[in-house]
This record gives sequence, C-alpha cells and structure tokens, in this order.
Amino acid sequence: MAHTEAHEAHEAHESHTGLIWKVFGFLSIITIVEVILGIIKPESLHLTPFLGTSLLNWIFLILTLVKAYGIAWYFMHLRDEKTSLRRAIVWTVVFLICYLTALVLIEGGYMYDKLAPYISWS
Amino acid sequence: MEATVVTENSNEGVWSGGGKKPFAASYGKMMMWFFIMSDALTFSGFLVSYGLMRFKFIDSWPIADEVFTHVPFVHGHYPMYYVAFMTFILIFSSVTMVLAVDAGHQMKKGKVTLYMLLTIIGGAIFLGSQAWEWKNFIGGTYGAVVLQDGKIVQFVDNDGHQIALSDFVEKQEGSRVAHTRSNGLWFEKDAGSLPPYTVNEVVASFNANPAVNLRTEKIDLGVKRKTIVSKEEANKFLAKATNVVMGANLQVNEYGKTLFADFFFFITGFHGFHVFSGILINIIIFFNVIIGTYEKRGHYEMVEKVGLYWHFVDLVWVFVFTFFYLV
Repeated sequence: MAHTEAHEAHEAHESHTGLIWKVFGFLSIITIVEVILGIIKPESLHLTPFLGTSLLNWIFLILTLVKAYGIAWYFMHLRDEKTSLRRAIVWTVVFLICYLTALVLIEGGYMYDKLAPYISWS
Repeated sequence: MEATVVTENSNEGVWSGGGKKPFAASYGKMMMWFFIMSDALTFSGFLVSYGLMRFKFIDSWPIADEVFTHVPFVHGHYPMYYVAFMTFILIFSSVTMVLAVDAGHQMKKGKVTLYMLLTIIGGAIFLGSQAWEWKNFIGGTYGAVVLQDGKIVQFVDNDGHQIALSDFVEKQEGSRVAHTRSNGLWFEKDAGSLPPYTVNEVVASFNANPAVNLRTEKIDLGVKRKTIVSKEEANKFLAKATNVVMGANLQVNEYGKTLFADFFFFITGFHGFHVFSGILINIIIFFNVIIGTYEKRGHYEMVEKVGLYWHFVDLVWVFVFTFFYLV
C-alpha cells in the first residue's frame, strides 16, 4: 500500500475511518468464532491431540495471533511505519517469545512426566 | 519535517528529543515502542510461567469453563459470555482510540475530544467488569473441601453437574461454638472468615444423600473431564479432609489448584493495573485536548502515543483471554 509515502509527506491526511471499522468487524468476527468454539467445544477438535495439545487449542492460538496482527498492524499502525522500525519491533519480540515459550513449555511437559507418577489419586 | 519545526518554534524551552528521527519516528514515539516491547516481554514472562505450571499439572488444572460462569442479573451456568462482553468492550475502546488518532491527524479537535471520552468510558466499563469477575471468583460458587495434601474435592449430582454445598449440607446444632473474648487468652474475632459449614457436617450430609457424588481434581485426559469416584472411595478422600473452602484467594481455591488463583489474580491484576493507568493517562490527554494544548502545538502526536499504549493493553488482553478462558 502507498500509505507510507502519503504519511511521510504529511500531505492532506485522508481519513482511514472506513478501514478502521472494517478491522473492527474482522476482530469481532474472530472473537465471536472463538467464543462459540469455546462454548461448544466440539469433541472432534477438543479431544484430538495435535503437536502437544488439542486441535481446538491450536485453532484458538492461531485466531489469537491473527487478532494480535490486526491490532498491531492497523490500530498501532505498524503498517504505516518504516519497514526497518517494524522489523526491529516485531522480529525481536516474536523471536524472544517463541524461544522462551518453547523452552519453558518443554520443561513443563518434562516436569509432568517425572512428577505425575508420584501423585496418588486414590 | 514541518511538524518538528513547528514544535520547536512554538515550544521554546521544551525539549522534544531533538530534530533527528531514526526510522522516521519521533523520540517520544520511539520510547513508547521501547516501553511496549519491554512490557510485552514482561507479560510473556508471566503467561509463560502460567503455561509452565499448567503443563506441569496438566492432569489436574482447573477447567476455566467451570470457574467463570457468571453473568450479571442472571442465575445459571453461562461460561464465556461475560468475558466475551469484556473483550468486546476493550476492542471497541481500541476502535474509538484509533478514531481519535485518525481525527487528530486531520486536526479535528471536537472529534478527538469525543472519541477520547468514549475510550475512557470503555476502559472504565472494562475495569468495572473485571472487578465484578474478581468478586465472583473470590466469593466462590459451589464450595469444596480441601484435603491434607492440598487437593480439592468437589461435589456433583448424578448427572455430573457440580452442586453447591448449600444445596445438600445440613447444619448440625452445636457443632460449632463461637469463641468469645471472655474465655480465651488469645482472641481473634472469626466472624466472616469461617467457611459456612464444618467438615463433619459436609461428610455427614454427603453420606446421607445418595444423589451427591464426589469429584477429584484428576482430569481424564481422554475425555477432558474430572474424575467422579464411588462413595466408598469418596469416604477415603473425605477422611483426609481438613477444611471447607468457599471461593478463592491466594492461599486456597475451591475450583482446584491454588496456583491457578495466584496466576489469575496476578496476571489479570497486572493487566487491570495497566488499564487503570491507561485510563488515567487518557484522562490527562483528554483534558489537554480540551484546553487546546495540541491545537497550539500543531499536531496531535501525543494522542497517537497514548493510543499506542492503549492498543497494547488491548493486545495483552487478547492473549490473557485466550490463555485463561479459552485453551
């Protein structure tokens, strides 16, 4: 999109109102889908394991990331920032969080494997 | 560039971070991004530690659908609805915020004022909703019994639905004597802090009522439901009972793991505090808009910067919502 140039040149600031409402509609639809899935919890998704958790949880995670993208790109207008600034922000955070999450959750799974046999449920 | 020049001319003696703009972002905006990134990593640390404990106790973690089931003015079991409403409020206040920023770019003072006001109201509704959610969580729904080893056992009817202690427990006369100041060397007033029933009353009523079953925290990972045990086995559990629990706090939690309550209070509390400070900052900016500070300055970048913070708070909520209520 050519908005970057328009923004920098400080020309007549055209209103983005239409786009903002579209993004709002998009975020709302995702939230509604999440809530409906959360209430119904379809067994075919909820009870199907996939890569360490259920298929349903992966759907929630992906929808969440899509929402996060919508907020960061359009509401926090990362879209209109210089590519270099955008990358400095997004790549740093995404890389660090992925690293932390992977290490810590693998450790959590390990703790469960080792500790669960010692817990008596009878 | 024009904007910078205007700033320096109209605010003699006010340091604006200099005229240099790396990445074409002003000093203030850059610093807001620095802050947001560090705060994002702080929140990730919290949520990831929640994930660690959840994975560690994957077979006995509370099920969120059974914890947050209240809707104002309605009785019954309604998971998700209220928190979905809260999410909408926050997203909507993000929309009004971005509309304020948009109006600021066009130097429309009236519109900026209106949208800032709506944003503040949205934030206040969200904060009130969160307080209400906390109140329900602290007050509890059903009540449970805690065992010597810290495990929680709950009571369900024959269909497997949880039932409240008040639905089946009969009070016994004289089972509890109020401690008075006159006959104690050490006296603490205990009204209010005591659970509504004694362990003995719960056990007696449980055994007297065939329609009441006992459920442990153990989740059957195949069907993702907590395990309901037979009456004999239930009595083995109840023999180790130490206390009746109503509601949740930092020491005990009727819904299951105390850690769940600790993380819930800490993470949603920390997020709520962000919302609170966001509202305060929004109010300051709101009044600055009204008295024309930014009109004089020639640009509404301040609205944009506080907007970044506000959207970030919304962004964090999107993740808190997912990890506490959905997955």
